[in-house]
Amino acid sequence: MTGANYLTEQRGLRSWLFTLDHKRIGVMYLWSTLLAFFLGGVLAMLIRLELLTPTRTLMDADTYNKAFTLHGAIMIFLFIIPSIPAALGNFVLPLLLGARDVAFPRLNLASYYLYVAGALMALASMITGGIDTGWTFYTPYSTSTGGAVNLVTLAVFVLGFSSIFTGVNFIATTHKLRAPGMNWFRMPLFVWGIYATAIIQILATPVLGITVLLLFLERVFGVGIFDPKLGGDPVLFQHFFWFYSHPAVYIMILPGMAIISEVIPVFSRRPIFGYRAIAFSSVAIAAVSFLVWGHHMYVSGQSVLASALFSFLTFLVAIPSAVKVFNWVATMYKGSIWLQAPMIYAIMFLLLFAIGGLTGLFLGSLAVDVHLHDTYFVVAHFHYVMMGGTFIAFLAGLHYWWPKMFGRMYSERWSRIAAALVFVGFNATFLAQFVMGSRGMPRRYYNYLPEFQALHVVSTVGSWILALGLLITAGYLLASLRKRPDAPANPWGGMTLEWQTSSPPPTHNFAAVPVVDRGPYDFPPLEAEEELAGRPA
Amino acid sequence: MSWLRDLLVPPQGSTFAHEVDPLFMFLVGLTGFFFLLIAGLTGWFILRYRRGSRVRRGVAPTHNTALELLWSLIPLALVVVIFFWGVQGYISAAVPPADALEIKVIGKRWLWEFQYPNGLRTVNEMRVPVNKPIKLVMISEDVIHSFYVPGFRIKQDVLPSRYTQLWFEATQPGVHSVLCAEYCGRSHSDMLATIHVVSQEEYQQWLEAGGAVGEGLPLSELGRLVYERYGCDACHSLDGTRLEGPSLRGVFGKPVLLADGQRVIADENYLRESILNPQAKIVAGYQPVMPTFQGLLSEREINALIEFIKEQK
Repeated sequence: MTGANYLTEQRGLRSWLFTLDHKRIGVMYLWSTLLAFFLGGVLAMLIRLELLTPTRTLMDADTYNKAFTLHGAIMIFLFIIPSIPAALGNFVLPLLLGARDVAFPRLNLASYYLYVAGALMALASMITGGIDTGWTFYTPYSTSTGGAVNLVTLAVFVLGFSSIFTGVNFIATTHKLRAPGMNWFRMPLFVWGIYATAIIQILATPVLGITVLLLFLERVFGVGIFDPKLGGDPVLFQHFFWFYSHPAVYIMILPGMAIISEVIPVFSRRPIFGYRAIAFSSVAIAAVSFLVWGHHMYVSGQSVLASALFSFLTFLVAIPSAVKVFNWVATMYKGSIWLQAPMIYAIMFLLLFAIGGLTGLFLGSLAVDVHLHDTYFVVAHFHYVMMGGTFIAFLAGLHYWWPKMFGRMYSERWSRIAAALVFVGFNATFLAQFVMGSRGMPRRYYNYLPEFQALHVVSTVGSWILALGLLITAGYLLASLRKRPDAPANPWGGMTLEWQTSSPPPTHNFAAVPVVDRGPYDFPPLEAEEELAGRPA
Repeated sequence: MSWLRDLLVPPQGSTFAHEVDPLFMFLVGLTGFFFLLIAGLTGWFILRYRRGSRVRRGVAPTHNTALELLWSLIPLALVVVIFFWGVQGYISAAVPPADALEIKVIGKRWLWEFQYPNGLRTVNEMRVPVNKPIKLVMISEDVIHSFYVPGFRIKQDVLPSRYTQLWFEATQPGVHSVLCAEYCGRSHSDMLATIHVVSQEEYQQWLEAGGAVGEGLPLSELGRLVYERYGCDACHSLDGTRLEGPSLRGVFGKPVLLADGQRVIADENYLRESILNPQAKIVAGYQPVMPTFQGLLSEREINALIEFIKEQK
């Protein structure tokens, strides 16, 4: 706790802007992605407010269409995709591996600046006319509509490279910079998850880059690729788009699962159940994720055979996902469960992700999806996976590593109050949307039939509770930064390497190169007395 | 469980709704069971093994191959069942019965136009007889739309590049909403239509009355007009005579041998492509000389022309 650490060793703006320290880059990513989340969240609140009544509530249809487009684009491209890998991953991956830094520190900084450039371009679209295509940019609507579509497609292109640079860096780091003695099966599961994510990032993201570039060429130079008026095929765009964007769903969820695989063992004081099953299921999910894009297109006019194949492969992804959930639950068996904030969020993740995953079975099933496709059922499903899954896991990770990152403990009492509000608010917001969807309420609707209003009111009120919970979270986390540093090196009793250095860590991470001679979850056996009673609180 | 079904989905209006709802409800039960299992075990473990609780812990295993196989294989078996069940329904939704009444649907921002075989055109209002399969052949004039009838549990994207189709058989008289389910711009959420399911007699009366006040001709007569006005008759005979291009007699639904050796069926999409992009598929033995009619013909006229070609048996 005393002496220089990465936050204090150098001071001044320049020391941050030109830093090559993975921890500082991680922290810059953290604040940037949180800012993006805040913007996306404000838009979400405006959308929910507009939907309080079946007709106009506070904005016109064009504004509403731009609001939901920007909400989706910000949350996906500026928050969920970079948040866990580039913010938390950047900070802890080298620490977990016992390394001094990532393999390519300059590439890491370049990735951050590309992110900032892409983010500024995307946000500049707000003042240059907005964009109303939906975050999916479906053609030929996106080739014919006005607004700042060109700018946003270029932004997505730039952000893609940011994502690729991070992926390349993490793969090289994992292969080359593991501490002596850390073989692949002594790596913490967070590393496995981030590694699988990085593979998808570098394989799938180029396809997105190509797709938005083709869209740009069509809009600017009239090259006929997607627009039937120019001889193109609009459904081709959907194939290209989902060839990236479905694997991207796993870019979003695998890091979340990876955090949960760290938190549950530490707070249950038990080795993770089925380490290899969890590790390999990450890789299996990454592999199969490339072959399921067509399940977004069951009603697009693709052939029955193609739909059937995509449906089958989609169901296969359910198996490794289910295996992970069972493993996490089994890890708690005969543990000594310590309900601190990270664990509370991990358990919340288990419940919400279970709902998100199980409702995926409805959508994977061909005949049922015909009814549910493009309804609020889909909206609710992916919010349970992306927000209930990834975002809640992000909160678990943020609470878990916060003391390590900033050297401060936060208020445990306020964290419980906030977690309760988040849980209640989230479920009120999105459970109602499942029912709306299965009753036939399509998504992206500005006006809606009056029969859906009661459910919309529940959903909007839920969003207020959720927002209150998140504001409280921001409050107690920021308040902790004003205190004197008080976090011990290892507040949770973790066995992975990041807890063996001080909080916050020194610039070079470890005083001496750590040598690894055991697995990441080999907790010392409980004493005879503790064995019966659990650890003393 | 019908109270739960009534809560979760709209009333069943079609044969397909009766087919797909049991699978939907099966999934509700199955996923409900698994959620309660996961939540129940989690809750029980938290209570029993919370830190400080006096309970014998011992050393729990770090893995158990038999258990892990079991919880992989049981879900696998279940999803295989769900998969086949879903495919079965999807196929029956994809294949319209041969005796279906055909109605053309044109989606455009932001309305639905319906064309009946007798030339009657309606906008945002479709009237169909009960207990009779209806086949919709759909095209968009601008961007992608999606024809969605929640009460029938059917949905199909409507593309600007080629026809897609959809069919249903309404099981009782009533009124159903048609919603556009693919985002199409400013008034996307107002692109609504109504389907009135009526008795056969009522349908017939409406059709006759509507036809009298309707604008224009029956589709196939309009098609003949187009055939003559746009000069198709210069190159395509109706009696089998070989002119510059192949005769239209008996061409619909038959296999056509192409110059590159491929064999295709002359269906709606083939005919449409041959009108709008004649160079795409050249019939064996003919020269690629036909000009495109892209932009010259409206969707209604193309539909009419194809309808006319169909009748040249």
